[in-house]
Amino acid sequence: MPKLTPRMIISLLIALALLLLPLITDDDNILTLLLLTFLMAGLASSWNILGGYTGQVNLGHAAFFGIGSLITRQMWLGGWPFALSMASGCVVAGLAAAVIGLPAFRLKGTYFAIGTLAMAEALRITIGNILPTVTNLPTEVIRNYELAPRYYLMLTAVLLIVAITIYLNNSKLGLGMMAVREDEDAARAVGVNVLRVKMIAFVMSAFLAGMIGGAYAFYFVSYYPNFTFGPLFSFDAITVLYVGGVGTVVGPLIGSVFFVILRDMLVKNLQGVHQLVFGLLFIVVVLVLPGGLVEAWDRIKQYVRINQSPTKNQHRETKAQTYPGENLH
Amino acid sequence: MNIILQNIVSGLLVGGVYGLAALGLSLAFGVLKVLNIAHGELIMFGGYIAFFAFSAIGVDPFLSILIVFPVLVIFGLVLHGTLFTHIVRFEEEDRIKNSLLIGFGLTLILQTIAIQLFSADERSILTAYSSAGFELGGIRFPLIRLGALLLAIVSVVLLEIFLNRTWAGRALRATSENWQTAALNGINVRQTYFIAFGLAAGLAGLTGVLLATGFSVAPSIGLQWTLKALIVVVLAGLGSIRGALFGGLLLGVAEALSAYAFGSEYREIIGLIMFVIVLSVRPQGLFGGDHA
Repeated sequence: MPKLTPRMIISLLIALALLLLPLITDDDNILTLLLLTFLMAGLASSWNILGGYTGQVNLGHAAFFGIGSLITRQMWLGGWPFALSMASGCVVAGLAAAVIGLPAFRLKGTYFAIGTLAMAEALRITIGNILPTVTNLPTEVIRNYELAPRYYLMLTAVLLIVAITIYLNNSKLGLGMMAVREDEDAARAVGVNVLRVKMIAFVMSAFLAGMIGGAYAFYFVSYYPNFTFGPLFSFDAITVLYVGGVGTVVGPLIGSVFFVILRDMLVKNLQGVHQLVFGLLFIVVVLVLPGGLVEAWDRIKQYVRINQSPTKNQHRETKAQTYPGENLH
Repeated sequence: MNIILQNIVSGLLVGGVYGLAALGLSLAFGVLKVLNIAHGELIMFGGYIAFFAFSAIGVDPFLSILIVFPVLVIFGLVLHGTLFTHIVRFEEEDRIKNSLLIGFGLTLILQTIAIQLFSADERSILTAYSSAGFELGGIRFPLIRLGALLLAIVSVVLLEIFLNRTWAGRALRATSENWQTAALNGINVRQTYFIAFGLAAGLAGLTGVLLATGFSVAPSIGLQWTLKALIVVVLAGLGSIRGALFGGLLLGVAEALSAYAFGSEYREIIGLIMFVIVLSVRPQGLFGGDHA
C-alpha cells in the first residue's frame, strides 16, 4: 500500500465529488458539460497509452471509438442487453487494432501512422455508404431518458482508464512501453519484446477507445453512424493530450477540462473559427511546449523555487553546470 | 467482358490523379523525411484557385495550371518556412512523428479557412468539353479524365528530368539519400528542403486542378485525398517517385474493379486491404526498393 501523498488525497476527493455530484444537482447543463469533459478525457487517456507511453502515433483513434459506438449501438438497438453490446464493441475495436498493428508494427512508425489514418478514413466513408441514415434512440428509451446513468457510465469508463495508466506508471509492462518509446533498439537489447509491448499497448488503447465509444452510443440521442469515425475525434483527443501533457496521468484530465471550457467559450464567441484556434494552439504546443500544461506547471514551480531560495545564485550556477547543453534544445 | 475492360480503363484514368496526388507527398517524404498529412488540403486549395480562375475570369482549367502551380509553390515555401523547418533538426523518427502532428493541426486550420472563404459547398468546373469523349472498341474515354492522366504522366516525366538532369534535382536526390553526406559535399540542405517542399505543394496544386475539373472540391475533401496519396505511397514504396504513378494506376484499377464486383459503397476498403497486404508481404513497396 503506497503512502498517501497530498496529491493522491486531492485526486480521491475530486473523484468522490464527481461521483456524488448527480445526487446534489440535477442541473443538466453542468452534468452535460462534465460528461463531455469525461468523453474527451477518456479519448485522450486511451490514446495516451499507445501514443504517450509507447510513443506510437495513432492518427486514426476515431476508428476504434467509432467501432465501439457502432457495434454497441447496433446490437443494443437490435435487442441485445446493453452490457453485452458494449463489451462486444470493445472487443471488436481491440481486434481491429490487431489487424493494423501486426503488419505495421514490424516496420517504422510512419507505416503505423498511415495505417491507422487509412483505417479510420476508409471506415468512415464505407460506414457512411452502408448506413447513411441517422441512428435514433427508440422512443421508449427517450421517454425515460435520464442523464445520471450516462454520466456514471462515462465517469466509470474514464476512472478505469486512469487507473490503468496509473498502473502502467509503476508496472513492468508500463516501463517496457516507456523503454520502447525512448529507444526501441536499447529496449530490445535489455530484453523487452518490442512487438509484443506495442501490440498490447495498441489493443489496450483501442479496446478502451471502444469502451468510450460504447458510452457515447448510450448517451447520444441521435447521430449519423459514421460521425464517430470522423477525424475530429482523433484530432481532439490528441490536442487534449498534448495541451495537457503527453505521457502523464494527469495531462489528459487537465487537458480535457481546459479543452471543453475553451471550446464552450469559443463556440459562443467565435462561431465557425474555433477549430482554427485549436489547430493553431495544437501546433504551438507541439513546437514550443511539447510537455503541455504539465510541463509549464513544472517550469513555473522550478522558477519560483529557484527565485525564492536564499541561495538563489548558487542554484543558478549548479543548474548551469548540470545541464550544459540545455540551450541547445 | 467489355464492362470489365471499361472499368479497367476508368480505373487507369482515375489512377493518374491518385498518382499525381501521391507524387508530391512522396517527394517531400523522400527528401525531408516529413510526412505532410495536410497534403490533401493543399490539393483542395489548388482546386479552389482553378475553380475561381475559371468562374471569375474564365481561365480554362488546363491553362490555370500556370497560375495554380506557382501560387501553391509559394504557399508551400511559406508553410515550410513557418512550420516544418522547425522540425527538420530532429532525428528521423522524431521528425516524422512531429511532422504528422503538425500536419494534422494544419489540416484543421486550412479546412476552417476554406469553409470561411469558400463556404462548405461542393464546386466543380463545367467547361464546354466537360462531357466530351470518344469511344474506341466499345470503351468510352472521357476527354477530361484522359487529359488528367496525360498531365499526371507529363508531371512525372518532368520531375524525373528535373531530378536526374539538373544540379538542383541531383542535390535533392543526394539529400534524400543522406543529408549529412550531401551537406559535406557542399549542398545547401536548408535550401534543398525548401525546394522539395515547394515542389511538393506545387504538385498538390496540379492535382487540385484535376479534381476541380474531373471531380469536385469542397473544404472537407482534404483527408480523403491524403488517404489516397498515402496508400499509393505505401504501395509504391515510401519515397519512390517513379512508383507513385504506377501505384496510383494500380489503386485506381483495383478500386474500379472492386466497385464493379462488390458494389461502389465498399470501394474504399480495397485500398485498405491492399495496404495491409503490401505491408505484410513487401513493405519496401511493389515497385522496387530504390529511392527517389
